[in-house]
Amino acid sequence: MRITDTEVERYARQLVLHEIGGAGQQALKRARVLVVGLGGLGLPAAAYLAGAGVGRLGLVDPDTVAVSNLHRQILFQTADIGLAKTDVAAARLLALNPYLEIDLYPERFEAAADIVGSYDVVLDGTDSFPTRFAVNAACILADRPLVSGAIGRWHGQVGVFRKRPCYRCLVPQVPPEAEACAEVGVVGPLPGVIGAIMAMEAIKLIAGAGAPLDSRLLLFDGLTGASRTVHIMADPACPACAAAP
Amino acid sequence: MLSLTVNGETRRFQAPLDVAGLVTQLELDPRKVAIERNLAIVPRSAYGATRLEEGDRIEIVTFVGGG
Repeated sequence: MRITDTEVERYARQLVLHEIGGAGQQALKRARVLVVGLGGLGLPAAAYLAGAGVGRLGLVDPDTVAVSNLHRQILFQTADIGLAKTDVAAARLLALNPYLEIDLYPERFEAAADIVGSYDVVLDGTDSFPTRFAVNAACILADRPLVSGAIGRWHGQVGVFRKRPCYRCLVPQVPPEAEACAEVGVVGPLPGVIGAIMAMEAIKLIAGAGAPLDSRLLLFDGLTGASRTVHIMADPACPACAAAP
Repeated sequence: MLSLTVNGETRRFQAPLDVAGLVTQLELDPRKVAIERNLAIVPRSAYGATRLEEGDRIEIVTFVGGG
């Protein structure tokens, strides 16, 4: 896939990185990335991927923009309240990078799960464990890498799952009284941090750069500024991947 | 006795102890947390078979699911 002169100029600062270079940029242009959930995580991730020159983004979210989104979902503006998140996000991302192609899925992921196989990488930044389980199952079925990010209060977690271990080797059951942002709150910049890491992991996977967070989970505590990376092992009794071929 | 570092604090437990026993003693809801032992998450199905050793560093990782 040819990179034009204007694209060379646009991506100059990452083209000079030897881990990306011309081959990585072409891989990004060919790449199709599905972003599930256009919230605090999915929006910055999608913006960085659009900026980086990912060729096609699929955006999944059934919601409209709410005023309580705006402290952390900074791609949205006050005038967007009430509009479909997919529409607003698409307009902002295309304004950022007109080379981008976008597919809109203004519906719950569960209604669109069969599209996963049409993408190369899947990013999950949704706010519900049952949806996370559905994204994980669809990624196992379609054999697509899953970049999973999650946040609550001051704490973020991000990892990459490729079939086994899968997300449910980490979280086997839906936690009771799950900590959704709506109930426990979240500090605004936290999803920016974790969403940006999700985009970076996707770029690494696509360009073949560095060591993606495969079978690992990066834990970030905003209150202390501490982070660490821990290993995740496949659970032989995992309800999602143990029986997968 | 068995000395473990749990969330950065040194604590002593009756030996022998496996991860399932630790979860019970700490009164944790296993659906809400992962147990990290020496920088690796212990798979849920291995709790009963994972014997804790003197000096193990344990962190209780509470799952977050927000976006």
